[in-house]
Amino acid sequence: MTKPLLQLNDISLSYGAHAVIQEIDLELQEGEIGCLLGSSGCGKTTLLRSIAGFEIPDQGQIKIRNNIMNNNLIKIPPEQRNIGMVFQDFALFPHLNVNKNVAFGLSHLSKKAAAQRVNELLEMIGLAELGHKYPHQLSGGQQQRIALARALAPKPDLLLLDEPFSSLDVELREQLATEVGKIIKHEGITAILVTHDQHEAFAMADKVGLLHNGKMIQWDTPYNLYHQPSTHYAANFIGQGVMIPGKILDHQTIKTELGIIHGKTPDSLQENSSVDVLIRPDDIIHDDNSQHQLEIIDKVFRGAEFLYTLKVNEYTNVLCITPSHHNHPLNSLLGITLDVTHVVVFKQ
Amino acid sequence: MNWLKTITNRWQFGVTLITLLFAVPVITVISFVFEEQNDVWQHLVDTVLIDYVSNSLLLMLGVTFGTLSIGITTAWLTSICEFPGRKIFQWALLLPLAVPAYIIAYTYTGMLDFSGPLQTFIREFFGWGLRDYWFPEVRSIGGAMMMLSLVLYPYVYLLTRAAFLEQSSVTLEASRSLGLGPWRSFFSIALPMARPAIITGLSLALMETLADFGTVEYFGITTFTTGIFRTWFGLGDASAASQLASTLLVFVFVLIIIERFSRRQARYHQHIGRQAHARRIQLSFKQGWIAFIACAIPLLLGFGLPFLQLLAWTIETAEEMINSDFYALVINSLSLAFVTSLLALILALFMGYGQRLNNTPFIRFMVRIASMGYAIPGTVIAIGVVIPFAWVDNTIDNWARNQFDFSTGLILSGSLFALIFSYLVRFLAVSVGSVESSLGKIKPSMDDAARSMGYKPLQVLKKVHIPIMRTTLLTAILLVFVDVLKELPATLLLRPFNFNTLAVRAYELAADERLADASSAAIMIVLTGIIPVILLSLAITKNQFEPSAKNEPSANKNEKKIND
Repeated sequence: MTKPLLQLNDISLSYGAHAVIQEIDLELQEGEIGCLLGSSGCGKTTLLRSIAGFEIPDQGQIKIRNNIMNNNLIKIPPEQRNIGMVFQDFALFPHLNVNKNVAFGLSHLSKKAAAQRVNELLEMIGLAELGHKYPHQLSGGQQQRIALARALAPKPDLLLLDEPFSSLDVELREQLATEVGKIIKHEGITAILVTHDQHEAFAMADKVGLLHNGKMIQWDTPYNLYHQPSTHYAANFIGQGVMIPGKILDHQTIKTELGIIHGKTPDSLQENSSVDVLIRPDDIIHDDNSQHQLEIIDKVFRGAEFLYTLKVNEYTNVLCITPSHHNHPLNSLLGITLDVTHVVVFKQ
Repeated sequence: MNWLKTITNRWQFGVTLITLLFAVPVITVISFVFEEQNDVWQHLVDTVLIDYVSNSLLLMLGVTFGTLSIGITTAWLTSICEFPGRKIFQWALLLPLAVPAYIIAYTYTGMLDFSGPLQTFIREFFGWGLRDYWFPEVRSIGGAMMMLSLVLYPYVYLLTRAAFLEQSSVTLEASRSLGLGPWRSFFSIALPMARPAIITGLSLALMETLADFGTVEYFGITTFTTGIFRTWFGLGDASAASQLASTLLVFVFVLIIIERFSRRQARYHQHIGRQAHARRIQLSFKQGWIAFIACAIPLLLGFGLPFLQLLAWTIETAEEMINSDFYALVINSLSLAFVTSLLALILALFMGYGQRLNNTPFIRFMVRIASMGYAIPGTVIAIGVVIPFAWVDNTIDNWARNQFDFSTGLILSGSLFALIFSYLVRFLAVSVGSVESSLGKIKPSMDDAARSMGYKPLQVLKKVHIPIMRTTLLTAILLVFVDVLKELPATLLLRPFNFNTLAVRAYELAADERLADASSAAIMIVLTGIIPVILLSLAITKNQFEPSAKNEPSANKNEKKIND
């Protein structure tokens, strides 16, 4: 039986007239990894820092393990919130070696117990032999894992990660994201990650919150966020895809330029109303034998696959991904069939 | 209540309190402007004020000419040209910073005296008698300009050199590619680009000129500082002295404004990025010699000769002068300097960290105000300290007499407390500058990291910031230490009865025309002064591209306050 470890209610914060975050609600269960996703300036870092206690929200309530951390009356300082934090620039203390960095938050333990915990963590992140090195002697990826170990060492209730991979090489990111996700799960710690990279979010998170202009657009599982975006913005931000115009025929059918799409439409939309239909590249299946042939107006080679842009009519294009042995020249025709499992429509 | 606001308010309260306390001397002095003018002031206006103003202005003009010509020439040669000895000159040219102006003045007076080595040599060589030849008098306003220029040019040199080194080689190359030769490129590109840095250096040198007391007093030139001293001690009129002091402050504030303004300008004129510097201009053999001589002369005159002379005198008089009295003097001076520098560091840490925790415009303004003292002459600060302290003393004394029929005497103004406080007012900027700039280099995420691991703000300061800043903090202590050791006028005016320091002892002996006897005290001050110059030299040779001009104004007083 899971219980909510972190609860935010109605959190708002502004700098002067600029509302940075507005009326944010979210709930994270014990052991879950949550992710705050959004473009730069959307307020995700401010929200994370509010949870940590570095920023004081103007209104709203923050609870960790059912203890109030912030409301109109109570403001618990960050050092009493029992959190761990991993910073964008890692923030390893340059004057301390790895062992002392990791042991920094363990002052309440005996020397022996602290050393044991440090060893345990360094073993887990696979850097046991680096204990006596100083931060500047380590690679970016090593520093990153030490920063994680340091944050995990005091067994915090909640681990906060602020763009933890953004200062690393692109190749390293995805590998580390998966690895870090495993370590967090192994420690059984609840975590919140801030990122602008949806691949990172999808690789690690159980729940993803999409923020835009300080508002929570959607708080959902990665799968739902991708396949059932609740707004236009979410549909555009997450994954690839295009909106094509359509008309609702009945609650099971939509008529579009690409043909009839079957699937449940929202009850709020009446018959004959005009809608935008989200078509993801994975909704369009390449099929040379299909009668439906569209002109290829752009193609991008991505190694294992091709991403084709197909012309539906003067105003509308759709995307299609094929395995990379399906090499068709530009301006030729590509046969497709529609396979829209998740129908996403928005009122025009 | 909101815990954060309470905590930060506590810091804000503390910083404001310190600032107000440190602003007391200046406020006191300025408040006398509104005092009704008495006879003494009217007398001063009628008789000597014109002299004070014109002498001070003349002195500043001479020092401007002297420091600019020496400073810019040597800066250009050591940063753009290649000639034998350049690598040594680039740091050695800073050495005159170690010599206080009054000490170089005593030394040259002794050297150029009728009975001094130079004139004796001339007489013996030419077989001349007493009145057979003319010899320039060093104890004149021209001499004072020379003395001050010789020890103050390093300010211009340091900042200008940094500006030249920062200039993008591309700019100069562009100018060359457009058909301008190296000389015209220098005058039409490099020099104008370095102008803000040059003006900053010059305004620092001029602040020191205005603050100088020892040199002008010894040379018998009537300027503001000697005038304040005389009005106060000679005429016993603290109010007229304060009015003189506030007139002097007008000049000082103009310089502060010029300095602040040109530092801001410098940021736009200079590139932040590190660009490869252009190849230095390889001077020909003849040109190289000229460059060598141009750099050697200020170094020799500003440091080499006076130092050798002091050394010779010290050895000559050692038997007589180096005794238990002298050791007591050394211990007095060193412990006074040590206590002051430690206090300055603690205050600076408090202000700097307070500003980091609560970086509001208000706190920034407060910190700026508290570090204003570096530009205020020691004489002015002394007056501004004595008047309110004496008032407090008298109030307490009267109260004690009335209540207990018992006189408390001068608790504050007659004690080391007043002296240390005035040092702190004058030199707090030095330690605040060091602390601010090195705190600024520590990323804010360090604080957050430590906080998230359960440390309170003060524990963070102790566990994270202070260990990281260790070296800078030691340097800050050292800089204030040397400044206190050198400071003459404030010490002279505020020292408790029978308390002596090296600087005061050198002044007294020199005033008695015992120049050779003064050298042992003087050389101690110079030798200590060399330590921070060496540190500064190491810093500029190690990192050629860490120039001072682009730092925040406050980050720069380390260099600024090395000399006094």
